[in-house]
Amino acid sequence: MADGKTLALVGGVLVLLAAATGVGQFLKLYPESGLNAAAVRSFNQRLRAWWLMCSVLAAALLIGKTATVVLFGAISFWALREFITLTPTRLGDHRALFWVFFLFTPLQYLLIGMMGISHDELYNVMIPVYAFLFILARVAVSGDYKRFLERTAKIQAGLLICVYCLSFAPALLFLDLEPGKSHGANFRLLFFFILMVQLSDALHFVWSRLVGRHVIAATISPSKTWEGFLGGTASATLLGAALWWATPFPPWGAAGISMLISVMGFAGGMTMSAIKRDRGVKDYGTLVEGHGGVLDRIDSLCFAAPVVFHITRFFFPN
Amino acid sequence: MTATLLAALAKLLSGASVRWIDCQPDTCQRVYFANHTSHLDALVVWAALPHEVRMVTRPVAAKDYWEGGRIRKYMATKVFDALLIDRKEIKVHQSPVDLMIREIGETKSLIVFPEGSRSTDAGVIGEFKSGLYYLSKKRPDLELVPVHIDNLNRVLPRGEFLPVPLLSCISFGAPMWLESGEPKADFLLRAREAVRRLKEV
Repeated sequence: MADGKTLALVGGVLVLLAAATGVGQFLKLYPESGLNAAAVRSFNQRLRAWWLMCSVLAAALLIGKTATVVLFGAISFWALREFITLTPTRLGDHRALFWVFFLFTPLQYLLIGMMGISHDELYNVMIPVYAFLFILARVAVSGDYKRFLERTAKIQAGLLICVYCLSFAPALLFLDLEPGKSHGANFRLLFFFILMVQLSDALHFVWSRLVGRHVIAATISPSKTWEGFLGGTASATLLGAALWWATPFPPWGAAGISMLISVMGFAGGMTMSAIKRDRGVKDYGTLVEGHGGVLDRIDSLCFAAPVVFHITRFFFPN
Repeated sequence: MTATLLAALAKLLSGASVRWIDCQPDTCQRVYFANHTSHLDALVVWAALPHEVRMVTRPVAAKDYWEGGRIRKYMATKVFDALLIDRKEIKVHQSPVDLMIREIGETKSLIVFPEGSRSTDAGVIGEFKSGLYYLSKKRPDLELVPVHIDNLNRVLPRGEFLPVPLLSCISFGAPMWLESGEPKADFLLRAREAVRRLKEV
């Protein structure tokens, strides 16, 4: 697994993170350098989150595919907790929620984990069809019909975004990218994917700050602009193309995937902002004091994961 | 050993984050009084305390519920060392307050729920019963620490058996005491307000 390309990719990212941490620490110690203190703090916070992501992912990948699947399962579980804590639920939803947390979430990851063994495609439809139908029926059975569709839709949205979508990230490890060889290419692809999501988010932000003029939806997020979106997506595409050697695709393929990642990631950010606005919350982390806000970190990842999986599988069928 | 494990499990399942606002954990004798929202309350507040404090703290629990089964009885007596109060039979010569004072001696702390029973209306704290007042009157040295339990009623609502692992928050506030000459009604209102205020901080 530790071949040249993988080392180059991971090593490159570690070097970048170290450099960025150095910059962050310098800015923190010398506040007269002219930058906004809150921005510096938020930058350092984001850096810490990236270090955490990097080390946790690396550790899981070193241990094996199963460990990575379990890791993402735990992240999904936690993100779902935050999501459902935010959305108001009624007593009638309680039982359905129990099954969502303790049956459908582990089941989805079990199905993903079994991808190498079984050729069934159940993981593609289990949640969007069967779990969704179950939720509708179970909530109906509990007898509370007030705002029925609204309540069930909330639970369904949570399950879809936090569990179903995110599960396609570790699913990348089970694709047949380099038949016969070890899973270095899969590892690199997953790493590349997560890296591109973070870079794309950062680029959208930077472009918006630099040349942003026309806000996309002022009611949802005043900092997301068309210039930021287009500039960020374009630069992410170029960056992804430059990293084509880390992916199983040729340069134009890597560019295409990066563009999709960027667009979907942006959509994810907008969607979660909309949900938070509706609830009058700024960040999922402040919901209940002390929790880190996992959902804030992975919203773009969740939206982008399925398309990366499906496109990769289209080009690399078993 | 079981206690530590159970506490960890309780914190994990209830997704509880713990905040100490204007108060530090201490093994001195305290009465932690909280709003009552679900059957998990005593367990989660107990689990939220740091290990040394947990060792000297006894949650007050209803005898009729916690002696109702072998596992529950074992947990209540051996694991959390609960102080079981008989809600059905209130004896005049052995009131719950006297029982509590006798049981805590000079070392133990208590977790009490002055509302009496779980509030049905989520968000509204019910009226406090007078136990806290009499307890404080007989032992004015005890520090009264308000505790707010947030969102636990959605984790295990009334009448439900299966928990849903949402995120909840336990907030410990600044200690208070019964002022000399303070009337009961005023004191209970002040205590209730102390708990309610923790929600907004």
